[in-house]
Amino acid sequence: MQNLLSIVTFIPTVAAVILAVFLRGDDALARQNAKWLALLATSATFLASLGLLAGFDPANTGFQFVEEHDWIMGLTYRMGVDGISILFVMLTTFLMPLTIAACWDVQHRVKEYMIAFLLLETMMIGVFTALDLVLFYLFFEAGLIPMFLIIGIWGGKERIYAAFKFFLYTFLGSVLMLVAMIAMYVEAGTTDITQLLNHQFSAGPIEVLGWQIAGGMQTLLWLAFFASFAVKMPMWPVHTWLPDAHVQAPTAGSVVLAAILLKMGGYGLLRFSLPMFPVASDLLAPLVFWMSAIAIVYASLVALAQEDMKKLIAYSSVAHMGYVTMGIFAANQQGIDGAIFQMVSHGFISGALFLCVGVIYDRMHTREIAAYGGLVNRMPAYALIFMLFTMANVGLPGTSGFVGEFLTLMGVFQVNTWVALVATSGVILSAAYALWLYRRVVLGDLVKEGLRTITDMTRREKAIFAPLVVMTLLLGIYPALALDLIGPSVAALVSNYQAALPAALPDVLRDVGQAAALAH
Amino acid sequence: MLGSDLTVILPELVLVVFAMGALLYAVYTEGDRLTPRLTWATVGLFVLMAFYVGSTGVGTRQAFDGLIVDDAFARFAKVAILLSAAAVLAMSQDYMQRRDLARFEYPVLVVLAVVGMMMMVSSADLIVLYMALELQSLALYVIASLRRDSLKSTEAGLKYFVLGALSSGLLLYGASLTYGFAGTTSFAGILEATSAEGLPVGVLFGLVLMLAGLAFKVSAAPFHMWTPDVYEGAPTPVTAFLATAPKIAAMALLARLVHDAFGAIPGDWGQVIGVLAVASVFVGAIAAIGQRNIKRLMAYSSIAHMGFAMIGLASGSAEGTAAMLLYMSVYVAMNVGTFAFILSMERDGRPVVEIDALHLFSRAAPGRALAMMVLLVSMAGIPPALGFWVKFAVLRAAVEAGMVWLAVAGVIASVIGLFYYLRLVYFMYFGREGVVLESRMSAPQWVLLVATSLAMVAGAINLFGLEPLAAAAAQALVR
Repeated sequence: MQNLLSIVTFIPTVAAVILAVFLRGDDALARQNAKWLALLATSATFLASLGLLAGFDPANTGFQFVEEHDWIMGLTYRMGVDGISILFVMLTTFLMPLTIAACWDVQHRVKEYMIAFLLLETMMIGVFTALDLVLFYLFFEAGLIPMFLIIGIWGGKERIYAAFKFFLYTFLGSVLMLVAMIAMYVEAGTTDITQLLNHQFSAGPIEVLGWQIAGGMQTLLWLAFFASFAVKMPMWPVHTWLPDAHVQAPTAGSVVLAAILLKMGGYGLLRFSLPMFPVASDLLAPLVFWMSAIAIVYASLVALAQEDMKKLIAYSSVAHMGYVTMGIFAANQQGIDGAIFQMVSHGFISGALFLCVGVIYDRMHTREIAAYGGLVNRMPAYALIFMLFTMANVGLPGTSGFVGEFLTLMGVFQVNTWVALVATSGVILSAAYALWLYRRVVLGDLVKEGLRTITDMTRREKAIFAPLVVMTLLLGIYPALALDLIGPSVAALVSNYQAALPAALPDVLRDVGQAAALAH
Repeated sequence: MLGSDLTVILPELVLVVFAMGALLYAVYTEGDRLTPRLTWATVGLFVLMAFYVGSTGVGTRQAFDGLIVDDAFARFAKVAILLSAAAVLAMSQDYMQRRDLARFEYPVLVVLAVVGMMMMVSSADLIVLYMALELQSLALYVIASLRRDSLKSTEAGLKYFVLGALSSGLLLYGASLTYGFAGTTSFAGILEATSAEGLPVGVLFGLVLMLAGLAFKVSAAPFHMWTPDVYEGAPTPVTAFLATAPKIAAMALLARLVHDAFGAIPGDWGQVIGVLAVASVFVGAIAAIGQRNIKRLMAYSSIAHMGFAMIGLASGSAEGTAAMLLYMSVYVAMNVGTFAFILSMERDGRPVVEIDALHLFSRAAPGRALAMMVLLVSMAGIPPALGFWVKFAVLRAAVEAGMVWLAVAGVIASVIGLFYYLRLVYFMYFGREGVVLESRMSAPQWVLLVATSLAMVAGAINLFGLEPLAAAAAQALVR
């Protein structure tokens, strides 16, 4: 089909408009209708995206399903997917029906809730499929509004603070990216991502306010993009919005935030920073490495100290995203493969973990770890599922978490041994906080009075977890399923990246780089 | 000769005759009872004239030996002025009636102000510029104090008058200096007499003083002090009017002056306007945070928006001017919608202007809250709303002109500004429980609110074809 991508992207919007315009009233029936329509629309989106997967040719490293239409301000509406983005599209469409199903018990302003999620889905898919800088920016930013409302209207006690912090942090990051995009347009004369990928941005040193800047224009652009993506990822030290947002967001909001929204940052680094600014990426890779290493160790240590389950998982997300950034800037096949794989697998695992918290939060209305203990006695099915995802979070071989961590570590090891060494300690720390969390919540005797009547998971809850369990195990046992899809595109990215380096980098810097590499 | 001169200013003539006739008729017959009919007649005439101006003019025509020029730029601005004035009159009729403000002078004075504005954007001579500006300003001073028995309204009128007179003085002083050194008051003559090399210092002084005078009129920082007070004190429909049509006129006049008369020295005025722009975006963004009164808040918001429009102007290119025109058009649409909403805010039959009255408004009226949120998002410049696209256009023009610092300052200010727009969303959607605002909307208010907010979203598809029109208008001005 000619415009399958647009169809996939805009089915949720159409459903949202139908909901907004035609659904009246706020009785039980209207609420039920809103939920069913949302579930139907997200499922339809997933089915349509299966068509993408079926028609996708992994061997072709260019963009596929490309659509082009003239648009305003001399821009072009241009969409397409390649091996790097297809998995993110699939991840989004796969998780959204589950997310909708997870908020089945919401009773408060259901129609608006569903509209917000549907619009959010369009924006998220759009980010991964846009092939025009400004179109990308449009989707990237527009997604903030539904998320702001989801946190602000349906969130917890401190929701207003969290919503504002979320919005302002991410917005500040991305407006700098907007200026960089305009500067790129002025230099390259186009906002077409496919052309920009082949454009050599000037890397000669320039002087700004008396400071000599190595890598010149590329470095400045890289920094502006990085400001946006680092906040989104989030990387230490700009991660502080994430724990607040996660804790205050409703369960479904947390799932979307952790599983999909965070991946936009990683995707942006892969789509823009690395291939478009290779010289700057090479120059600044050590910075990213150490920021990632700090993020992994620091966030893991902070996670150990948390009293709130959601906060703990949020910090664990920060740590896991550290592997991703590290892997991306290792700029070799294993590193980038691992980074993408880690993002997808983290999408399943962290989503599932937040759902796990949601299950007991719905029953007890608290996320305090201390309020639980011995749940295994009353909730055996829950204990099993929670254990599986805890293990996947730790990175146990056989789960998808292992593959991503292992590949990124292998990629970084070839480039910077010290960073790999520090990052590996994160694996141990993650085992510490995750297993400890599991012991405190699930294992032991059931002594808390309030827990004596707690019930195990309902059939609906089990049905939500089933696909996640399958994907986590499937990708853990047979990772080639995903790696075959992304492999050729990543290989092309890496070879372009390596080819761009020696030509553009001054010899002196190259020598220094090699000497540094030898020293390790 | 006279015949062809008069055809050029036919719309203005029609409006003036209409205003005089209406004034006399109302005085001698029904007085204030005529107001509703007069208002609707004025609205109809404005729309008619907008169609006439938009559909008839071709190319560039001059009248009265080059005192007045009618080109694509003037026509673009005139259509925007006429339509926004019509929209504001239409939505204020119900408010005026219920608040006992329905005086027949109001539509008459609005017509006279609009005539002044139309002459402003058509002026090709310093004398015409000044006279048109004064015609507009005098009418505005009067309607600002329309509520004669209110201390605040009269204070607003007086403040506006005193500061406006000061700015007119500055402008006049600048104009006389320019005349003294260039030897002519016609824009074309000044353009000939000036060049980047050997610019007489008197002309430079004249330019700066005139820019300062006009900065008062567009309420650009640091000449913005009157704006919040006048916006707050004036009756809300008048505030809505002040925030829309005069802003387009003054901004267009600024563009015409710098390009037609000082087009040879873009570096000199580009700097000044750039500094005004940066000051405005920051003052508008930061000072609005502390505001509790929605009219004052809108005043600071409009200061910030003027700053963004001036970023486009400062770039000095045709793209920048086109971006400025687009910005002003979208700004006016956003303000019309927002003021339609503000006009409807009331409790126990009394108008409310405190922003915390909006708590949980979305529960009482989900549709109107949604429309208002779209407008706020657009004003904050978040995609995909039109407000983002026009910001994008001005920033792109600035970067293309090599003024990256201007663009960076603009985006930083827009993040700060985001906070107070979002706070209104926060009040409406997740504020405290409390007494919910009543809001009674007349049909025109509702239509304008919904139409503008839909336009903000639907405009992202093709900008309603405004883009080529703005580009043509800018081409007529920037040669």
